[in-house]
Amino acid sequence: MSLLALLGVLSSAIFSGTSLLYTTLGEIVGERSGIVNLGLEGVLLVSASTGFSVTYLTGSPYLGVLTAMVAGGLMNMILGYLAVTRQANQLASGLALMFFGFGLSAWIGRDYVGAKIVGLPRLTLPGASGLPLVYASLLRFDLLIYLTIPAAVLVWWLLFRTRWGLGLRAVGESPDTAYASGRDPRRIRYQALWVGGMLVGAGAAHLSIAYAMNWTEYMTAGRGFIAIALVIFAKWHPLRAIVGALLFSAAVAFQLLLQSSGVQVSPFLLNTIPYLLTLVVLIAWGGRRRVAAPASLGRVYQGAE
Amino acid sequence: MWTAILRTALRYAAMAMLAFLLFGFILLISGKDPIQSYRDIFVSTLGSAYGFSEVIVAMTPLLLTALAVALPSRLGLINVGGEGQLYMGACLATWAALTFGALPPWLVLPIMVVLGMLGGAVWAWIPGQLRARGIVNETITTLLLNAVAPMIVSFFIFGYWHSPMDTNKTSIFSSSARLPTLFHTRVDLSLFLGLALLGLFWFIMRYTRWGLEMRAIGGNPQAARLNGIPTRGYVVVVMCLAGAVAGLAGMAQVSGYYGVLLANFSRGLGYMGFLISWLAGGSPLGIVVTSFVVAIILTGGNLLQLTRDLPYSMINILLAMTLFVVLARPSLSRRRKAT
Repeated sequence: MSLLALLGVLSSAIFSGTSLLYTTLGEIVGERSGIVNLGLEGVLLVSASTGFSVTYLTGSPYLGVLTAMVAGGLMNMILGYLAVTRQANQLASGLALMFFGFGLSAWIGRDYVGAKIVGLPRLTLPGASGLPLVYASLLRFDLLIYLTIPAAVLVWWLLFRTRWGLGLRAVGESPDTAYASGRDPRRIRYQALWVGGMLVGAGAAHLSIAYAMNWTEYMTAGRGFIAIALVIFAKWHPLRAIVGALLFSAAVAFQLLLQSSGVQVSPFLLNTIPYLLTLVVLIAWGGRRRVAAPASLGRVYQGAE
Repeated sequence: MWTAILRTALRYAAMAMLAFLLFGFILLISGKDPIQSYRDIFVSTLGSAYGFSEVIVAMTPLLLTALAVALPSRLGLINVGGEGQLYMGACLATWAALTFGALPPWLVLPIMVVLGMLGGAVWAWIPGQLRARGIVNETITTLLLNAVAPMIVSFFIFGYWHSPMDTNKTSIFSSSARLPTLFHTRVDLSLFLGLALLGLFWFIMRYTRWGLEMRAIGGNPQAARLNGIPTRGYVVVVMCLAGAVAGLAGMAQVSGYYGVLLANFSRGLGYMGFLISWLAGGSPLGIVVTSFVVAIILTGGNLLQLTRDLPYSMINILLAMTLFVVLARPSLSRRRKAT
């Protein structure tokens, strides 16, 4: 195994894991406020198709990323309306949102299947430009990749170091108590969903505009559900989400490594690793998980009379 | 009484109208005539015997996956895992079809049914055990296992079972491993299995001791336990039964509908079952009616694709909008909790 091959594996692992980290962060923000979004898959798809088509039409990948983020936020607003304002069941609303995303993304992207775009520009890692060209060409990443760690830190700072984050987490634990202390649980949940949706949109944008650079129906292939699993794995903590996304990337890298060294292991079995590992971790935690999960997660806030 | 029913019917009709209006708007933007599209959808599904039979075909797996959610919901369990259980059922049933395909149908089909149900049951047994022991709640585990099951199916297909010509599906099952179809349509025997199981579910919940005890656990688990009802045992057994029903749906899909096992053949049948059961409040009759309505919409999607050159998935928008307006319905949302 040469250093070059190792770098190649690492680089592709980073590319495939980025969208997942943004998505996980987005779901963490929503779940911290007490709203679980099972329709993540649908949000990702709509953002990915919108971002891709805008990039194709305008030729500007950055505009594409921005639209994808707004699309993600808007999709989450539908969930907000159903689950917060109309007090509908969150799981059912999320699944309905997923089917909505399947359909809407197919409709938005229908004319762009197979279209070619100029993806997000890739910038050589600072300090790597002195290396031989073959190495440097593997160390070229786009802006969204460089921003992953800052984004995770920013979400952590927002949630744990600002008054807004305190209110958000308070709503996630007990909306009634938060209401009693002068906060508006509904408004905060909408805000959390909007911010979360923007992050999910950024993840989707990376998938379609930077990584795959094309649009196909159902291109997310279960990433939304991986993200939901990673949220639990990360114990609803943004910084631990980095570890979760790395884990997923490592599984991808491992798979590529095995393939490049000629060992035949089914990629399908390797793909189950993140899920099975999350399951094992959950079992290892036993019943103590309750400490980590926002207490009001999934519950309907009936409002205070 | 009758005015109340009439009012409910009117309300649902108005909600359906709203969904159709919204989707019609999208059709209009796509440059299609919405009224003509809707007419086509209804004429093609309900206007002919063939169209009607196709609706029934689409409805069949939904009956089973919805039952797989409704049954545990009586205990207050949330089984989101119908999708994975369905895949595991299809997986084991396919193994039986490929291994015993040469045997006569009266021998192969029962083996496939039993193995299909076993596959689903095992997949639901894990969350059932974890929940009964108070380790992890079943919503999360069923969701995680959902993602694993299709990969296991793909592993077997791509690695061992694929036909000489394809990589992503098995050879067509031998005729003895196919569920018999009825009246020269694609409606197969699993329709009656689904209806019979729903009937059985209704009977058990209403007239047996098991039903009473399950309702007791669903109402107040602590009180049920103090009254000597084995709640843990119920949780595990009911989850396994639900998994078995979903597994049966998977078996019926590969043996009846497709006749082959295709990688990723179900895109959301299990989740659809969850939504249907939830909309129907877990009532058997409600499940039949809701599945029928959903099946009309899904079958209509084929028509959009054929005559309006729109992607088939677009029909999911109409489906989702119908769900949205029902989910957003006033006051009814707090009507009953897992009765």
